Amino acid sequence: MKLLITLLFSLFCSTLTIAQNVEMADVMRSNGKIYVVVAVIATIFVGLMIFLIRMDKKVQKLEE
Amino acid sequence: MPVPKLNILNETIRNLYFHVTMWFSMIFLMLMSLIQSIRYLSSFDKLRDLKAETLASTGIFIATLGLTTGMIWAQFTWGTFWVNDPKLNGAAVTMLIYLAYFILRNSIENEDSRARVSAIYNILAFVMMIVFIGILPRMTDSLHPGNGGNPGFGNYDLDSNMRMVFYPAVIGWILIGSWIAQLSYRIKVLEINKENK
Repeated sequence: MKLLITLLFSLFCSTLTIAQNVEMADVMRSNGKIYVVVAVIATIFVGLMIFLIRMDKKVQKLEE
Repeated sequence: MPVPKLNILNETIRNLYFHVTMWFSMIFLMLMSLIQSIRYLSSFDKLRDLKAETLASTGIFIATLGLTTGMIWAQFTWGTFWVNDPKLNGAAVTMLIYLAYFILRNSIENEDSRARVSAIYNILAFVMMIVFIGILPRMTDSLHPGNGGNPGFGNYDLDSNMRMVFYPAVIGWILIGSWIAQLSYRIKVLEINKENK
């Protein structure tokens, strides 16, 4: 019984240390963080789109 | 295009073509706005005042994009969306200064004095912008490259591959910014003409 507890405890400890060292399976940090660049480009795209839609509404008002 | 391989930065070094160019574009638009304000003060032509306002608002739009992209970049390289970096705070103060420009414009009802006061304020705002994002970050420690003893990206870009993308991107974003400003200026002129009819 004691052996089992020790074993489990050591297993738990080892998983803890592994968890600290392992690089998280985080999408943004995978593949050399290329998705950060994707997010940045997407932000600019969304910003431009919002601007264009607002401009479209202004022009529509003028056309009426 | 190959890029320098650096720790922590990894592929995000490519954000240089998007995040940094935003600020170049903003500074260009603010410079044009300053020139229009000065020309308004020498000619008292109301259209020049309108041009200055439109250029400044387009500059703020581009700056918002620059700030948002910068925050995303910071989250995955420096660890948080916002650090107390002189460049970041300087950029935030700059945006507040220009937001104050629009509030000032809206608070004055008389058209002539509004144009005159906001033109003078715009000159002050441009000088403050240069101080806050161009001079102060260089005098203290900053996380930004090229500031406070940090090497600029130019030191890593040994084969000038990044320059070959970066400079055309700067020109491109300056042109896009000017185009946006011109389009919104034309819409504003149309709106004014419609009101006068």
